[in-house]
Amino acid sequence: MDKSAMSIGSDEPAVTLDAFLEDQTNATAVRLEAGEDARALLPHLDRIALVEISFPSFRDGRGYSAARILREAGYKGELRAQGDVLVDQMLFMKRCGFDSFAPEAEIDAATLEAALTRYDHVYQKAADGQVPVWKLRHG
Amino acid sequence: MYKYDQYDQSIVDARVEEFRDQVKRRLAGQITEDQFKPLRLMNGLYLQLHAYMLRVAVPYGTLDGAQMRMLGHIARKYDRGYGHFTTRQNIQYNWIKLSEAPDILAELATVEMHAIQTSGNCIRNISSDQFAGAAADEVADPRVWAELLRQWSTFHPEFSYLPRKFKIAVIAADEDRAAMRLHDIGIQLIERDGVLGGRIFVGGGMGRTPMIAPEIKDFVTADDLLSYVEACLRVYNRYGRRDNIYKARIKILIHELGADEYRRQVEEEFVAVKALGLDPPKAEFDRITKMFAPPAFAAVGPQADTAPNPVFDAWRAQNTVAHKQPGYAIVTISLKPTGGIPGDATADQIDVMADLAERFSSNELRVTHAQNIVLPHVAVSDLHHVWSALDAAGLAPANVDLISDIIACPGLDYCSLANARSIPVAQKIATRFADPERQRDLGELKLKISGCINACGHHHAGHIGILGVDKKGTENYQLLLGGSGAEDTSLARITGPGFSEDGIVDAVETVTNVYLEKREAGERFLDTYRRLGMDPFKEALYG
Repeated sequence: MDKSAMSIGSDEPAVTLDAFLEDQTNATAVRLEAGEDARALLPHLDRIALVEISFPSFRDGRGYSAARILREAGYKGELRAQGDVLVDQMLFMKRCGFDSFAPEAEIDAATLEAALTRYDHVYQKAADGQVPVWKLRHG
Repeated sequence: MYKYDQYDQSIVDARVEEFRDQVKRRLAGQITEDQFKPLRLMNGLYLQLHAYMLRVAVPYGTLDGAQMRMLGHIARKYDRGYGHFTTRQNIQYNWIKLSEAPDILAELATVEMHAIQTSGNCIRNISSDQFAGAAADEVADPRVWAELLRQWSTFHPEFSYLPRKFKIAVIAADEDRAAMRLHDIGIQLIERDGVLGGRIFVGGGMGRTPMIAPEIKDFVTADDLLSYVEACLRVYNRYGRRDNIYKARIKILIHELGADEYRRQVEEEFVAVKALGLDPPKAEFDRITKMFAPPAFAAVGPQADTAPNPVFDAWRAQNTVAHKQPGYAIVTISLKPTGGIPGDATADQIDVMADLAERFSSNELRVTHAQNIVLPHVAVSDLHHVWSALDAAGLAPANVDLISDIIACPGLDYCSLANARSIPVAQKIATRFADPERQRDLGELKLKISGCINACGHHHAGHIGILGVDKKGTENYQLLLGGSGAEDTSLARITGPGFSEDGIVDAVETVTNVYLEKREAGERFLDTYRRLGMDPFKEALYG
């Protein structure tokens, strides 16, 4: 992952899912809380530039599924992980389709670089385009 | 058995370095214990009452002689000379130093082993039938499916922060030797019209709310396996409860939704997921299958001419079963000597078992969920030799599936969650019933002890179960009857008020006496209980 993908891309404040669906239908940035259904955004993906997904605790893994659902549906905009985002989780987040991060606590750049580049191979196909080992084995 | 290629090895090697870095950051104070906890747990490292405990993965319970020897080496070098084989077909060490844990992982990686995902709220080590590849009654080797699942679940980016831990078992016979329906996902391979597929059961488990998994899908082929379990897990990851750790397992979600609604959601998710191309090609299935090809069985010679020996005969009758290959037997090595700690083995004993596997069992061993070790491919003509070597190492108790073949969790002697000790109770019961003839007369009797409600000792699945609780600061033991982790899965019921440590030993004897008095021809303890119900046992205990 290059450095630019780590930065926060959009400055537009993200609106809540309810507001996005009901009042502020011209908004292009939306924030999903951990328990909200990412599929509610699927009819609107072509007009969204940023989806910010909340991680209220690093233990709460719902955001990983939300990210994959959006990427699997073809969402191409910015996907930001916000909240209790720790360096040791960012590889999994990236694999699930996140391309920007807004962690609450500061992240050491060298530690992050090491974490994101440590594994040359992965077993599963996910949302990051990395080729799984079964594909490397069999073409 | 499965052998790593460059990719498998590179992933495990990278993991060692990652964990070494995480430990370094923890020891330097760069991350808090709270932040470190999920990282160490995903490497099988627990902080227990007295020290760190490291749980090493034995995928689907299968290992070779060199791997077994490494387990002995680690016991000797980093622990106190022994290890503890667990109900998850793994091994754990109880006296580990955090600073040495990365070195242990590095040593394990040299023999294609690791501690990845042996704890934490992720997909745990996949378990299977300990007789896989040798059992006369299997439709296929379930380890091929288990290995596909092992790879898929290893560092799964979406399912590493689940609401709670997640356990998967795969079997391929009607006889269930792996407590399949007491797993979060249980898969039974079957053949239908000449095609191999899996029946998928979801939402079983023990713990404080035991449940038997309902069937969610009647047939999934290997082509769809990973997409299907991906769908099962995604529904759980999104909607499993996260507000209460005791209600966070998938069994609670399925109980609250109902099996039909859960199935509907999974099917819907499966349609979306299947389109993504997550399933490896058939060539991968074939590659793995080839590695589980049966060993080259030698032409079997005549049995060695030995003097009649009733001790050997008793061991052979109790601890060996028929192999699919004529002239061969499956040997179960009991780690349940009278007065011993169930599942414990010394480094020297581990070496003896490794040596016997290399010489007499096509270099293969298995760990069983009943905390024993299996030599899966032994020529009948070698049995006497194998028995002699086991006997010399204190590894020949002839008690498999008898009352002294007890499953017990580590309990309050080690575990920070326990309310009561399990080990001394197991030792006292085994001692009370030490007479081998008495045990054989009682027949198959699965006794399982947990030191707290989390049920690591599988007490819900015991023909006789014992649950240790804390009663106003004193250890107290509840008695349960009628559970089974086999194909006739059932959950045991509590008899009534609990007993003291000595009282529970008497209570076990009391219920076995009821059985001896009331049994009909051919009935096991469990059968008699099922026929008569709780009343006569209750009457004898409390009347």
